[in-house]
Amino acid sequence: MHACQEQFVPRVVVDVMLKPEILDPQGQAVAAALPRLGVTGVTSVRIGRRVELEFADPPDPEQLTELADQLLANPVIEDYSITVPEPVPEDGP
Amino acid sequence: MRVGVVTFPGSLDDVDAARAVRLAGAEPVPLWHGDEQLPDLDAVVLPGGFSYGDYLRCGAIARFSPVMRAVTAAAGDGVPVLGICNGFQILCEAHLLPGALTRNRHLHFRNRDQRLRIEATGTAWTNAYEPEQEILVPIKSGEGCYVADPATLDELAATGRVVARYAGDNPNGSARDIAAVANQTGNVVGIMPHPEHAVEPLTGPSTDGLGFFTSVLKHLAGAAG
Repeated sequence: MHACQEQFVPRVVVDVMLKPEILDPQGQAVAAALPRLGVTGVTSVRIGRRVELEFADPPDPEQLTELADQLLANPVIEDYSITVPEPVPEDGP
Repeated sequence: MRVGVVTFPGSLDDVDAARAVRLAGAEPVPLWHGDEQLPDLDAVVLPGGFSYGDYLRCGAIARFSPVMRAVTAAAGDGVPVLGICNGFQILCEAHLLPGALTRNRHLHFRNRDQRLRIEATGTAWTNAYEPEQEILVPIKSGEGCYVADPATLDELAATGRVVARYAGDNPNGSARDIAAVANQTGNVVGIMPHPEHAVEPLTGPSTDGLGFFTSVLKHLAGAAG
């Protein structure tokens, strides 16, 4: 019996980014600040949002798409990707 | 005539919106974000502010509030709905209006009196204006930059659903200087500047904003007659 499997919390990560054609003024402001740190050669900065969700039970993929599509991202201006990490196999002693 | 004004947690301009409704000659009816059903109403205003703290995106959480389910259903039945500033953002998030409102291109919060040109006078909220009439109302927003894909922008223009454009300087980088848009049936209008702050000489730069509120009464009187 693997105790860690019982403790596994399905953690889903939703990454949200502005669509490429949507201007990201925040990213531009950061890009403009980088030379002040002596960093040159950065040609583009885009800022997105990472959302981590923990579920009591393995989530329904359809439901995940719905919550990303309807709430976490606005598909008019944003793209999103959903990552469901696999539990790490326990090679216990 | 009874015009509902919704208060969300974080709404700022609900009191001014109710005042504008009263000055136009209607009875303002306070609504709360948790209301699942609307009382007997003729129209609804979603006021400006920072509903639910603007968390996630402006209007994203308000869209799922109980009152918005009721407002969405009412809008579908032809009830006039006006979203001002944050209310406009909520209407876009709720897909009652196309497009989205994003951070001002220059990143600065813009707070000033703004000239607008009214381009669509057939909507429930703008029929009291003359075509091409210029009005002066305050704008105060950090995320007022209207965006939509080019096909949507073309369609809005072709179907007369661009309700108002910024005249003079574009304050936020909005696509094609768009300040206000309407849905296909003209009963739902979203506007980024604040007509409800320009209804009295004492407090506003003009009284030009009152026309939005007298328009809806005219529209409703016409519908009833």
